[in-house]
Amino acid sequence: MVTGIQSRETGTKAVWEGSLEELRGLVTERAMTGETMLLNMGPHHPSTHGVLRLLLELDGEQIVTCLPDIGFLHTGIEKNIEDKTYEKGVPLTDRMDYLSPMSNNMAFCLAVEKLAEVDVPERARIIRVICLELARIASHMVWLGTHALDMGAMSVFLYCFREREHILRIFEMISGQRMMGSYLRPGGVWRDLPPEFYKAVTDFITYFEPKVDDYEALLTRNPIWLDRTQGVGILEPEVALAWGVTGACLRGSGVNWDVRKAMPYSDYDTYDFDVPLGEHGDVYDRFLCRVQEVRQSVRILKQAMKRLPKKGPFRSDNRKFVPPPRRELGQSMEAVIHHFKLWTHGFDAPDEEVYVSLESPRGEIGCYLHGTGGNKPRRVHFKTPSFMHISALPVMSEGYLLADMIAIIGSVDIVLGDCDR
Amino acid sequence: MGVTSKLGNLGIVTTTLETAVNWGRTGAMWPLLFGLACCAIEMMSAQASDYDLSRFGMELNRASPRQSDLIIVAGRVTRKMAPVLRQLYDQMADPKWVISMGDCASCGGVYNNYAIVQGVDEIIPVDVYVAGCPPRPEQLIHGIMTLHEKIKAERIVHWAS
Ligand code: SF4
Repeated sequence: MVTGIQSRETGTKAVWEGSLEELRGLVTERAMTGETMLLNMGPHHPSTHGVLRLLLELDGEQIVTCLPDIGFLHTGIEKNIEDKTYEKGVPLTDRMDYLSPMSNNMAFCLAVEKLAEVDVPERARIIRVICLELARIASHMVWLGTHALDMGAMSVFLYCFREREHILRIFEMISGQRMMGSYLRPGGVWRDLPPEFYKAVTDFITYFEPKVDDYEALLTRNPIWLDRTQGVGILEPEVALAWGVTGACLRGSGVNWDVRKAMPYSDYDTYDFDVPLGEHGDVYDRFLCRVQEVRQSVRILKQAMKRLPKKGPFRSDNRKFVPPPRRELGQSMEAVIHHFKLWTHGFDAPDEEVYVSLESPRGEIGCYLHGTGGNKPRRVHFKTPSFMHISALPVMSEGYLLADMIAIIGSVDIVLGDCDR
Repeated sequence: MGVTSKLGNLGIVTTTLETAVNWGRTGAMWPLLFGLACCAIEMMSAQASDYDLSRFGMELNRASPRQSDLIIVAGRVTRKMAPVLRQLYDQMADPKWVISMGDCASCGGVYNNYAIVQGVDEIIPVDVYVAGCPPRPEQLIHGIMTLHEKIKAERIVHWAS
């Protein structure tokens, strides 16, 4: 058992100085007598995808109990947003689920728009769909690369990150930042698309589509990959629903639930795409679901690019919520007043509560927002998929081998920033 | 390389001990595989195909602190994580260096609140700070080059301390 290790210089204590007694009731009685072994995994471990700590009880190599310990990345983002005006909250949401910042932006913006009743022009909704789907592809690329890396397939990682760079370049083109663009704002998007954007996205689509076949050629029929993933980490559909699992993990178990279809936002109901489903609910099916999702995202991207007009409004022109464009400032006194008001005070939202949810690459992300009648929210809360998925880790992993734990963690695609916030 | 060389018939290179050791230290640094938050994703990009850190002999990330000599603190350090980080640092063998990557690790960044350590230099000594939220891979590489410069300037008298 780990005991406190005194650090030489600061005298800070090591992570856990607990005694076995503290674990009574959490692990089986066999662990108390030393018959099974307790193993600490994380928070510094290459395969926990961040700072997740798991306390595992092992019988030989078999996992008997799995106790996740979270909070190593708790940042207080929700509390920080409560002290900011609505528009200033957007950049903070970027940093929760840092693999797809656009989805978090979108959840927060949808909530603000619902609360304050801000309208979004149609062209902005199309731009948003393009951003969200690009973000989904980028996020799935990181997932596929790291998941394969954990299982020993290094080359997939290098290919996936090459593709991701293309998307990050597009994001940099539109927002000025590679990852944390804060591009989606209440009422639309931050600024108009640059002229290079259209070509960049169509080029990306033609470049990327055949690449998905390459990944499948590397993995889908690879015997080592099949051995490590098939029949591992099985999640029954009822259990998945009971634990609040969403996203590709739920669809891998065969439950047809995609927020884009079930509760469409941003005109998703007008796009034509399928929801890939698995059968067995194991690591392999979750892998297949996500890879198919990438193909569907490309399909949505194509339709959206066809629809996207070259010119038009990209943000609501309700001056109560959206600052006037710079060119108006020199000519209109009213515009100056709006500008000043919005950047000093922000806008007011009623004292009501709203909840919206949407499909992020990881699953269903929800935003609960409670206004005060003033310019800052009273309470912001995010329901994040990674938290649910980590809670379901024990039911997925019990009875499997320690080495399977790595495959299971990789397949649920957790982001600790998303879980701890 | 800065080696004062004088090639005779036998092809002998002469240099100082300091230069030779510092050249060795900068040529193949083994960073600790240590990612905390968003910045770690950019660190991974830096190691991946487009930016390719192996040009600097750094493609090999060791997961064990005993085998590494550089720790890149990539991301926000929370109060819960701080003792772990300190312990990792203490476990690394000398000589060891620290790069603080990103605003959060350098000064707390946008989070001036109850949860985040306001700069990782409160718990471990930092050699190079890299600004940005997140810094681009180029910025990280620049930080690494700066660290190399710093190491090359080290003298024997510093080694003992
Ligand atoms: S500096 Fe920015 S990108 Fe880096 S960990 Fe902090 S919030 Fe994330």
